[in-house]
Amino acid sequence: MHFVQMKTKIALCPNNHDVHIYKKEGNGWTKTQVLKEHNGQVTGIDWAPESNRIVTCGTDRNAYVWTLKGDVWKPTLVILRINRAARCVKWSPKENKFAVGSGSRLISVCYFEQENDWWVCKHIKKPIRSTILCLDWHPNNILLAAGSCDFKCRIFSAYIKEVEEKPAPTPWGSKMPFGEVMFESTGTAGWVHGVCFSESGNRVAWASHDSTVAVAEGGKTAVITSLSSETLPLLCVTFITENSLVAAGHDCYPALFVYDGEKGTLTFGGKLDVPKQSAQKGLTARERFQNLDKKATSDTKEAVLESLHKNSISQISILQGGKAKCAKFCTTGMDGGMAIWDVKTLESAMKDLKIV
Amino acid sequence: MARNTLPSRFRGLDIDEYDENRFVDEQDEAAEQQGPDGAEVDALLRRGEMMTAFHIALKNPPINSKNPAVKERAQAVVLRVLTSFKSSDIEPAVKSLDRNGVDLLMKYIYRGFEKPSDNSSAILLQWHEKAFAVGGLGSIVRVLTARKSV
Repeated sequence: MHFVQMKTKIALCPNNHDVHIYKKEGNGWTKTQVLKEHNGQVTGIDWAPESNRIVTCGTDRNAYVWTLKGDVWKPTLVILRINRAARCVKWSPKENKFAVGSGSRLISVCYFEQENDWWVCKHIKKPIRSTILCLDWHPNNILLAAGSCDFKCRIFSAYIKEVEEKPAPTPWGSKMPFGEVMFESTGTAGWVHGVCFSESGNRVAWASHDSTVAVAEGGKTAVITSLSSETLPLLCVTFITENSLVAAGHDCYPALFVYDGEKGTLTFGGKLDVPKQSAQKGLTARERFQNLDKKATSDTKEAVLESLHKNSISQISILQGGKAKCAKFCTTGMDGGMAIWDVKTLESAMKDLKIV
Repeated sequence: MARNTLPSRFRGLDIDEYDENRFVDEQDEAAEQQGPDGAEVDALLRRGEMMTAFHIALKNPPINSKNPAVKERAQAVVLRVLTSFKSSDIEPAVKSLDRNGVDLLMKYIYRGFEKPSDNSSAILLQWHEKAFAVGGLGSIVRVLTARKSV
């Protein structure tokens, strides 16, 4: 399930070919529109807040840009020139471009061509060797971080001279022609499921399938710090301040990680989902024997997840405060549930939690 | 029942080998990785210095090596050390390792599982239990996702 949240509206895909738009009414959500155009499962949705456009991409190898005409969302097809499914899509910060990651082992950077009145795209191909799973834009609207199934997180330049000026130098480099690799990760193995730039753009974090989370700091030579965790792999990661990350994945709870740039360390800050302890009920002798027979254990612990989400968390989005001073963030999971977490409440509820 | 009478040798052909675009792992240097020194480890075991033998056995893992003989030799050395430990000594040995050490130990343990023998499985399972207590599911995931293993 993919979703994007604006202040009072949500766009989500319940794992089919459609996109549902919900509006907040009082304490509940009502479905207002259904966008039907894709011929395959919708794999990515992004809503541009300023220009109020939605971009969707799907397994039908297409992307559509939706604009609101009155009360109806009208789609415009974007030719991505890919021969495999599209996997993820993100509007750039200035909303004049968007990038689509796909199974065709390339990234399509799309921009609007005024003369022909349609969206065209340029491809970033080298040196990508497998599917692109996740994307995130740098605040300068030029650099794009991409996590891929070839075990690497890379930062590319997606500079399109038709729509923007030459960019100023950044810690990741000063020459940024289109498609240039500004950074390529080393040291972590496993598919890169989630990638995120910090608010300043000077740091990038990624979560890999080998149960690691890593942060790279831009500079003459980028400094990479990684943490191997004892949990199942994380699927999504986001900065909530310049030094703190929240990540979640197959363990079904969000966790805090703290990065110390000076010491060069990345440490686990704590679980953010402390379930209420349910009363332990005693087992009868019969139940105990049945447990022993079925599961070879007479443990009283039930095989039920105590976390809020009952299945893997696939997406984390910042709702309030931006990536520098996040106040609220939202998690959505494979259990079809959406949970909103308040940072202040978490800080006061968990006594050793410190968000720096 | 149905029996295949048509030629099926083609099923053993790996067509991905002929794909020009196929993924090739990065080639890393394998120069110094000859595996742990078997003779030194044996000497330490005979003298009863289990912990030192354990630490030396985990040095120089042949991770980047493409030579299966080197890997077999390293695996044999480590297995010899692991099986000579008493059950009560396993936990302190695991505790003396750092994060990377626990991950490496897990790799050797799973390699040992691949060829079970009479006296190895039981002790390996005890090692696995103690290593899991420290490394968690993450260390097992890293064994599964490692492209370069022992």
